[in-house]
Amino acid sequence: MRARVNLPRTVRAGEVVTVKTLVAHPMETGYGRDVRGVVIPRHIITDFTCTYAGRQVFRAAFHPAVAANPFLEFHLRATVSGPVTFHWRTDRGEETTVERTIEVT
Amino acid sequence: MTALLVLVLVAPLSGSEFLNPETRALQDDPFENPGYLWVDRGAALWSEAGCERCHALSEVAASDFPRYDATSAALIDLSGRVNRCRSLDGAPTWDHDDEPLLALTAFLLNRDRGAAIEPVSDPRAEPFREAGETFYRRRRGQLDLSCSNCHDTLAGMRLRGERISQGHTNGFPTYRLLWGTLASTHRMFRWCNEAVRSEPYPVGSPEYVNLEYFLRHRGQGLLIETPAVRR
Repeated sequence: MRARVNLPRTVRAGEVVTVKTLVAHPMETGYGRDVRGVVIPRHIITDFTCTYAGRQVFRAAFHPAVAANPFLEFHLRATVSGPVTFHWRTDRGEETTVERTIEVT
Repeated sequence: MTALLVLVLVAPLSGSEFLNPETRALQDDPFENPGYLWVDRGAALWSEAGCERCHALSEVAASDFPRYDATSAALIDLSGRVNRCRSLDGAPTWDHDDEPLLALTAFLLNRDRGAAIEPVSDPRAEPFREAGETFYRRRRGQLDLSCSNCHDTLAGMRLRGERISQGHTNGFPTYRLLWGTLASTHRMFRWCNEAVRSEPYPVGSPEYVNLEYFLRHRGQGLLIETPAVRR
């Protein structure tokens, strides 16, 4: 899965930052059929987690009704400098991780 | 209303002028626009495939395609040109709508985002432009509609919940919300042909390349929006 993350590199302590993530995934519901009428098996992202300096700060459970290439926007309060990890997992166990570092000044 | 009508007759209007505000906002935000997933991948492919060995990125004129190609004595589109490089390289060619090819063409055309379409005029390409225009104006399918019937005569009117665009190609490859993926002009042509219940041509077929070439002329002066977002 290809993922894009938008997160400022440096922020002031205590500032609330907007985090945006976008991931490439077809999000097949399991109800669709191909041109031959064969059911396309369900294939979706089920879990998303965001960890900031070792602590989970955001988590989302995805369901079949979520559109292809899911986009998420959420906020977090920057308190300490440290790594921010974004992690997606599908119902087939595929995983993608993006690591960023946030610097608090 | 009169002002809009006059404008329509004078200058071509991009498909983004016909969008809902929400879709327009999605297109204009370089992060939220899902088309950039492909643009990023295209940038990676460009260096992985070693395109730089022959082509300086600053000299690639992606928006000049389709253009006349002396080798085949016909038009060649950007996808065809990429595939020619691949076969020269001994690499397997991609199908016209394969993900890597869409990514690479989106990346190359995205570099021209904001530039106006200026089709190269070439007398050798003239018969193909005419063939493209004939295709555009010929009625087809069970509904007996030509491209022109909707995209010239009825552009700006409503078709169910949507406004009919002028059918320009300045935003392609385009992220289509309906398909949840990036799509080429040829996939869109196929979809349109099927919508009037006519037999679509294969992607990459000379008919569609000619049509694409004609549409570049028809949309002369429009700004390139790749990757655009459409319904």
